[in-house]
Amino acid sequence: MNRAALFVLADGRFPAGGHAHSGGAEPAVAAGRITDAASLERFCRGRLHTAGLVAAGLAAAAADGHDPLALDAAADARTPAPALRTTARKLGRQMMRAARATWPSAALDDLAAARPHGAHQPVVLGLAARAAGLTPLDAAHAAAYEAVSGPATAVVRLLSLDPFDATAVLARLAPDQDRTAAAAVAATRRIPAEGLDALPAASAPLLDITAEQHAAWPVRLFAS
Amino acid sequence: MHRDHALDATFPHRHTYSAAAPTRPDGTRRALRIGLGGPVGTGKTATVAALCRALRDELSLAVVTNDIYTREDAEFLLREAVLPPDRIAAVETGACPHTAIRDDISANLEAVEDLEEHAGPLDLILVESGGDNLTATFSKGLVDAQIFVIDVSGGDDIPRKGGPGITTADLLVVNKTDLAPYVGVDLDTMARDAEAQRGPRPVLFTSLTSEGGVKPVADWTRERLTTWTTAPTT
Ligand SMILES: Nc1nc2c(ncn2[C@@H]2O[C@H](COP(=O)(O)OP(=O)(O)OP(=O)(O)O)[C@@H](O)[C@H]2O)c(=O)[nH]1
Ligand SMILES: [Mg+2]
Repeated sequence: MNRAALFVLADGRFPAGGHAHSGGAEPAVAAGRITDAASLERFCRGRLHTAGLVAAGLAAAAADGHDPLALDAAADARTPAPALRTTARKLGRQMMRAARATWPSAALDDLAAARPHGAHQPVVLGLAARAAGLTPLDAAHAAAYEAVSGPATAVVRLLSLDPFDATAVLARLAPDQDRTAAAAVAATRRIPAEGLDALPAASAPLLDITAEQHAAWPVRLFAS
Repeated sequence: MHRDHALDATFPHRHTYSAAAPTRPDGTRRALRIGLGGPVGTGKTATVAALCRALRDELSLAVVTNDIYTREDAEFLLREAVLPPDRIAAVETGACPHTAIRDDISANLEAVEDLEEHAGPLDLILVESGGDNLTATFSKGLVDAQIFVIDVSGGDDIPRKGGPGITTADLLVVNKTDLAPYVGVDLDTMARDAEAQRGPRPVLFTSLTSEGGVKPVADWTRERLTTWTTAPTT
């Protein structure tokens, strides 16, 4: 195992399409729910403990070697909003392309063949982590970090928020990210006894609703 | 993981992967991809529209647009009906077209591949970048050749300023020559400066408002396509 691979995978410059997505921050900014660093932090904390936790669980389970197609179905079950399913599969397809070029592996090839238009992004992320020789905890960390770094970067562009303040938000959320990743891995340990139902299924109804609305905006900066 | 690694050892070439391979998975030659970049409002969409009109009867074509925050370019092309709707795809760039055409090309590659899959086989795919700055260039993993479009109303010192777009593009187009008298621009100076920056690489002057104004660019595109289709695929 090679820990440095985690930096490659979790880097915001990893070419897997994330830069065009705000993780729900664009509609939150438009609605006046994110106006500054403090409200960005609240938004990110909420996203981390809901969508982020679910993503971390799926990623950890995929990295642990559980069946990616079953995990893909579990991800669908945890993603009720059609707009977010579409986004997750689009980003999953982009992550797949980048991962196969970066860490070629039979498992990635097999999932790409089974889901040519994209599996859910956290599942692909977990499989990519596995192909890179990383652990389930590493995969969960990457998913948790992505859940907050995406919106933070987007808000720097949307509000011209001071980038130092946005980065400080990410640093303040570090203990929460650790706890989220640990909880995700703890859930995957229960899979042998309880099946995939053991994985977290926290939901964020407001993110679901605003994702649907945002997908219908005629003019927007971010794809989601 | 052990199972995969065992397979990897037995079949080391299972995972060959190249974004820019000249063939489709079935071994046939894929479409030539030409990128069009340049500052805002210089005439990229107008060039794409005119190229489509000039070439659509002889070639199978499709277009990918990369708008900054709207689907304006895609919608303009749809409204003008330069191609059927299933030949035009819009990529969303998260406020940053140069990222989507250079640093993280994954969404554009998907759009290109989807077009080939649904509308193909295609001869040519034009990829338009949203208007950006003089440093914006396309990744070689996304396009086979790129056109950089500037216009006379940006001032005749743009070619002299250079930058990766001006110096390295396979073709530099200086558009809106019809406006030169009104903006006090000397086209000869622009041509001289461009040559100094680009050496032997071609520069074409166009006025898309005049009848057949796109012809030089269409001819250049035909030449590229001939080179593409006669090159060996391995
Ligand atoms: N006079 C004149 N106007 C032109 C010419 N070519 C384009 N235009 C006009 O210039 C304006 C901008 O053209 P577009 O083709 O939309 O420019 P663009 O580079 O695609 O712009 P962005 O995508 O917004 O960066 C439009 O109003 C065109 O009609 C030309 O040769 N002469
Ligand atoms: Mg345009």
